[in-house]
Amino acid sequence: MDAIILQILNGLDKGSAYALIALGLTLIFGTLGVVNFAHGALFMIGAFCAVTLSRILTLSHTIIDETKTDFLGNPLKVDVPYVHDIFGVAAGNVIIDWAVPLAILFAIPVMIAVGVIMERGLIKHFYKRPHADQILVTFGLAIVLQEVIKYFYGANPIPTPAPEAFKGSFDFGAAVGFDPNLIIYPYWRIIYFFFATLIIGGVFAFLQFTTFGMVVRAGMADRETVGLLGINIDKRFTIMFGIAAAVAGLAGVMYTPINSPNYHMGMDFLVLSFVVVVVGGMGSLPGAVLAGFLLGVLESFASMREVIDIIPGINQIIIYLVAIIILLTRPRGLMGRKGVMED
Amino acid sequence: MSKTDVSRRGLLKTGAIAGAGVAMPTIFTAQSAHAFTNEPTGGTVTLGFNVPQTGPYADEGADELRAYQLAVEHLNGGGDGGMMNTFSSKALQGNGILGKKVEYVTGDTQTKSDAARASAKSMIEKDGAVMITGGSSSGVAVAVQALCQEAGVIFMAGLTHSNDTTGKDKRANGFRHFFNSYMSGAALAPVLANAYGTDRKAYHLTADYNWGYTTEEAVRSSTEAMGWETVAAVKTPLTQTDFSSYIAPVLQSGADTLVLNHYGGNMVNSLTNAVQFGLRDKLVNGKDFQIVVPLYSRLMAKGAGANVKGIFGSTNWHWSLQDEGSKAFVKSFGTKYGFPPSQAAHTCYVQTLLYADAVERAGSFAPCAVVEALEDYEFDGLGNGKTLYRGDDHQCFKDVLVVKGKENPTSEFDLLEIVEVTPVAQVTYAPDHPQFSGGALGTCNNGA
Repeated sequence: MDAIILQILNGLDKGSAYALIALGLTLIFGTLGVVNFAHGALFMIGAFCAVTLSRILTLSHTIIDETKTDFLGNPLKVDVPYVHDIFGVAAGNVIIDWAVPLAILFAIPVMIAVGVIMERGLIKHFYKRPHADQILVTFGLAIVLQEVIKYFYGANPIPTPAPEAFKGSFDFGAAVGFDPNLIIYPYWRIIYFFFATLIIGGVFAFLQFTTFGMVVRAGMADRETVGLLGINIDKRFTIMFGIAAAVAGLAGVMYTPINSPNYHMGMDFLVLSFVVVVVGGMGSLPGAVLAGFLLGVLESFASMREVIDIIPGINQIIIYLVAIIILLTRPRGLMGRKGVMED
Repeated sequence: MSKTDVSRRGLLKTGAIAGAGVAMPTIFTAQSAHAFTNEPTGGTVTLGFNVPQTGPYADEGADELRAYQLAVEHLNGGGDGGMMNTFSSKALQGNGILGKKVEYVTGDTQTKSDAARASAKSMIEKDGAVMITGGSSSGVAVAVQALCQEAGVIFMAGLTHSNDTTGKDKRANGFRHFFNSYMSGAALAPVLANAYGTDRKAYHLTADYNWGYTTEEAVRSSTEAMGWETVAAVKTPLTQTDFSSYIAPVLQSGADTLVLNHYGGNMVNSLTNAVQFGLRDKLVNGKDFQIVVPLYSRLMAKGAGANVKGIFGSTNWHWSLQDEGSKAFVKSFGTKYGFPPSQAAHTCYVQTLLYADAVERAGSFAPCAVVEALEDYEFDGLGNGKTLYRGDDHQCFKDVLVVKGKENPTSEFDLLEIVEVTPVAQVTYAPDHPQFSGGALGTCNNGA
């Protein structure tokens, strides 16, 4: 029982990341009809927003410590962050420690700008082109973006830890009557889950309860008719692209303490996120979220030693296996509706 | 009187054959005129540096390339000479190799076997490389080593730790200076037993590929011989990025030690996840929970950040060693590039010097002469103490470092501290040891 609860918890936080990325993908596909293979790169850029802010906060000047030597035997050069000079050592360290949460504020405008530039500068020229062309151009863009990041930040993962206050793990087992240490879960992953829930709720509320959202939803259902009513739907869709980029970026920012970011992390999530979108139902926002969590939980269960012992290799194929089964039984995905996103 | 009939068709045929002969790739014509593949005939000799320049190990590859460039500079008489001054052999004079100026070409392995073979093939066939060296993965090393054997050039392996490189996949034309999984296990186990006791329950997470298997086998057998019990060993996909679902059940298994048979990005992520889950703060079976990383690399430790603190592992070499060879290399490398070299850089630099030295001593670039010069060759002064290039399997036998993540690093390079220099006798094994069984060196190939 404890093992099952543990894997559900695992699946929920893994599913949070899938759901956030798939939500953005679906927003873009639903509004603009574009299959955006650069969406994983947006997740990666979001993560590197956190790395960048962390580097900005640790920008330093060098002082020479004559009492110590470096590896060549020369007097040791010690970096002193400017925030220490400005706020004092104690307050400066707290600011540096909170780089990841602060990066949320930094990433939102950056990611919206990246999204809008990407849409206006490149992707809008491919609206009327076949999906194959869109896939090729966005996949190419993803490779370019990751190579640019690698050029500036290197290929190695860059540790970007959570604030000290959120380190360690919560003993769920002890809290609900199991033995201690049986069900432990890191605080930051719990935060990630609630953060993802908040963002997903926010996007749904925005689409459901604002006039802007209503127009966008109308545009998703029938773009031509909305255009005939004199509404500039293209402008709204561009903004939605920016919002989708911000959602992916925020997912990336908050993911950095879970795994040290590297230039390739977007690609690691991209294929899985597309599977999530297809399983959820093309163009269905609730479907993307549901499928994200469902596949996250199933992937976690498939990684259990007891399961692998029975079906070796199941951990590597479970998501694709479930995708095949769902598409065979429900060709439009879990929540795809007839006539939506179909020619 | 003889009559010669020269028809138009006959003339065209003869011309076509003659033209094809002239246009034939130079590699075929050159080979027929030379004693071995890519025999250097002018005033230069070309070496091929095959390192990951793209992909996840690009930073490690960049460090390898820096080391190779430094080695070339030293071989040609530039710089301060580095380890050439401390090397026990004095055959190298700083005038190139056998008086020929050393030049080099580079290839990108991408840490993919097929890409690495393609780049090595290109350097051999198009650029005339007489020796191929480099790499940051055992899969690549095994693939390129086999190619070099077929092509008749020497392969001096870069960073490759799997037992198989000099075990079942060994080749006569291939040589490995880097240590291997068996040596890691043999060096680590006594230190672990000393630090954590002999009554431990270990849980292994193992990368699902060749290197992972040999490392798990080596560490398991060494630690079990010390009295540890292995409660579980779980294979993890090489492409895995989030290891939470593999780490979460560890405590439920009753294990009090987690062994991460992971390297590179896998290691960074699995270690980060394990620390996040607070495993190291737990008390299991009345003991503090511990994590072990059998193969450490400074570049990977940097990726894992503060998570490596206090965690044991092993390494081939470390820049903080105080022998004359290491100090000379660190000074040379640090002065040129501004930071200390990694273990990957060290092994690549040493392999280049060892190859050049073997050619000088053999008096020939012919692969079989080089093989003969390297086999059972004993040397010192290259950073690992007295070392033997064993003739049976072309594996270097030398001291192994057991290291620990440093608690209070003074810089971004000062991440590991040496806990013990395990003497070579403790990590030496018989050539027919079960972990290295299968395969045969075969005979050296001069190509041509």
